[in-house]
Amino acid sequence: MSEEKTQLEESTPQPLPAHPSERGAFGAHGSGDTSGFGGLVRRVANPANLIAGTPAPYGSYFDGIVDTVNAAHDEAIEKVVVDRDELTVFVRRERLLDVVRTLRDDPALRFEMCMGVNGVHYPDETDRELHAVYPFLSVTHNRRVRIEVTAPDADPHIPSIVSVYPSNNWHERETWDFFGLIFDGHPALTRIEMPDDWDGHPQRKDYPLGGIEVEYKGATIPPPDERRRYS
Amino acid sequence: MTDTPTYTAGVRETTEGPVYTVSGQDWDAMTAEIVGNERVVVNMGPQHPSTHGVLRLVLELDGETVTEARAGVGYLHTGIEKNMEYRTWTQGVTFCTRMDYLSPFYNETAYVLGVEKLLGITDQIPERANVIRVMMMELNRISSHLVAIATGGMEIGALTVMTIGFREREVLLHLFEDLTGLRMNHAYVRPGGVAQDLPPEGLDKVREAVAWLKKYLPEYEKFCNENPIFKRRTVGVGYLDLAGCMALGMTGPVLRSTGLPHDLRKSQPYCGYETYDFDVPTRDTMDSYGRFRIRVDEMWQSLRIVEQCVERLAEPGPVMVEDKKIAWPAQLSIGSDGMGNSMEHIRHIMGESMEALIHHFKLVTEGFRVPAGQVYSAVESPRGELGVHLVSDGGTRPYRAHFRDPSFNNLQAVAAMAEGGQVADIIVAVAGIDPVMGGVDR
Repeated sequence: MSEEKTQLEESTPQPLPAHPSERGAFGAHGSGDTSGFGGLVRRVANPANLIAGTPAPYGSYFDGIVDTVNAAHDEAIEKVVVDRDELTVFVRRERLLDVVRTLRDDPALRFEMCMGVNGVHYPDETDRELHAVYPFLSVTHNRRVRIEVTAPDADPHIPSIVSVYPSNNWHERETWDFFGLIFDGHPALTRIEMPDDWDGHPQRKDYPLGGIEVEYKGATIPPPDERRRYS
Repeated sequence: MTDTPTYTAGVRETTEGPVYTVSGQDWDAMTAEIVGNERVVVNMGPQHPSTHGVLRLVLELDGETVTEARAGVGYLHTGIEKNMEYRTWTQGVTFCTRMDYLSPFYNETAYVLGVEKLLGITDQIPERANVIRVMMMELNRISSHLVAIATGGMEIGALTVMTIGFREREVLLHLFEDLTGLRMNHAYVRPGGVAQDLPPEGLDKVREAVAWLKKYLPEYEKFCNENPIFKRRTVGVGYLDLAGCMALGMTGPVLRSTGLPHDLRKSQPYCGYETYDFDVPTRDTMDSYGRFRIRVDEMWQSLRIVEQCVERLAEPGPVMVEDKKIAWPAQLSIGSDGMGNSMEHIRHIMGESMEALIHHFKLVTEGFRVPAGQVYSAVESPRGELGVHLVSDGGTRPYRAHFRDPSFNNLQAVAAMAEGGQVADIIVAVAGIDPVMGGVDR
């Protein structure tokens, strides 16, 4: 815990917010606010990602999974985080395909199902802006594990795991659609939710929510992403 | 092509040869030209009464045989996940309840279980709140399966199954309205518990609905189980074996129709499911008929669970977590104009306690903060594993909320189920999956 705290404190002062709504306690600008809260800067990052990883042993069935993967693939695991009784294994992206094949085929692991992939965008994590998060389920052993892979915004490529888990076909298309993550080796990486000719990737943090002002009984209510926020 | 009627798009030369576009009523003008050249691509949907919503199927046909089937989705995408990033954790419930509109209580519970796990208060949820959640979910499973059977029946011409299906569903929607204030989109399950306790006559109404269902559910079995037409349309149709299900990540009735009794309520229980007595029905036919039978059996099992819930709910108790920094401050009540804050609460904050007013204001406008981190929580929805991946950055809003909707995943199997079969069988295969496009597109 103390390690986590120092890491956090070290990294708080530097970067500036990615978009204006991250400045100030109440999202106020130029309002003549003298409280000082307007000068607060909030980082768009998940503090949970700044920790160096949970030290072994991890408890529960987690050690077995990490050891099996480590034995099969040297250096593939970047770090391991155990939080709220869930195991997250950060895997280097170039080794992802090897690791998931072991997850599926190793009799001690037997993760038969991949429950898709979800993207998360952390604009302030330099060179690790885009995360892809894969939840796996083993019906045989009744276990879950989460694999997390990162990619820099400048090179948003992650190997596709459709060849190992065909069920990830649409999920990877969705993550490409919403985050612009390119899954190399996907059979047909096209948009799935947005129209084919859509510009941009809407779930990224630098993509505005949009919306218009609404007038109600003489008062004007701004769109949701321009309203006062508290965090 | 001189006599081509003006309402057709006519013929177009492409690198693959001439492509004829017909829109119906003009087949006669075309048939002479395309004889012996019958590679037909048909767009089925997105506005088609048999595709279970705005699902678009692109079918390549050889006569009546489907050689290639591709599903197109996205017509109902509403950006619910993005919107949730701009509302408090509690407001998120009102968004996610609208995703899979046939199983709102599952959407709410999956999300709320994730929030509670992030907050670390899973063990502090009052027993009564958990029992109410289980009861609502199981009643919801029945109403969802009823629609699956009703629309599936309608699509193969069994209209009576449709009319009786919606008759029973109406009873359940009335019950939901009595208990939560709304027929659909309830926003009833909240982080920390449920929005309000059952109304005074609530349990009696649940008992009445259970009695009604017990009386009328046998009709579905009588109408369909041995009906020769129903069986010839569904037996052996939409075939997908265990290996296929595993590869395609199928869960729910489709997976259980291969004989694997995988059910999260048993394998990874939540909300106290381990304390209820129920079975997981399976079949080994791997087809749409087996899936229909599983759904009917599951409705009976859900009734069993609901009856156990009703027994446990006889004792009063709190329905919201004790921590006043998380618990929704207002007690809700149903008035003549719908659901709103109870008069008792209004009197308290407006007339008695300034602190209570401040507390109410802070919690409702600002919301509570959730410690940073990420979780994945899953529930067994009527269609399979409904998972939610929540990321918090320590603020009052979700940093990212993603739903792994079972319909979205399971629709991928349409190609595997339909290719090589007849056009008419696609409808049956899709009805066996029972996709809800609101959940698919979110």
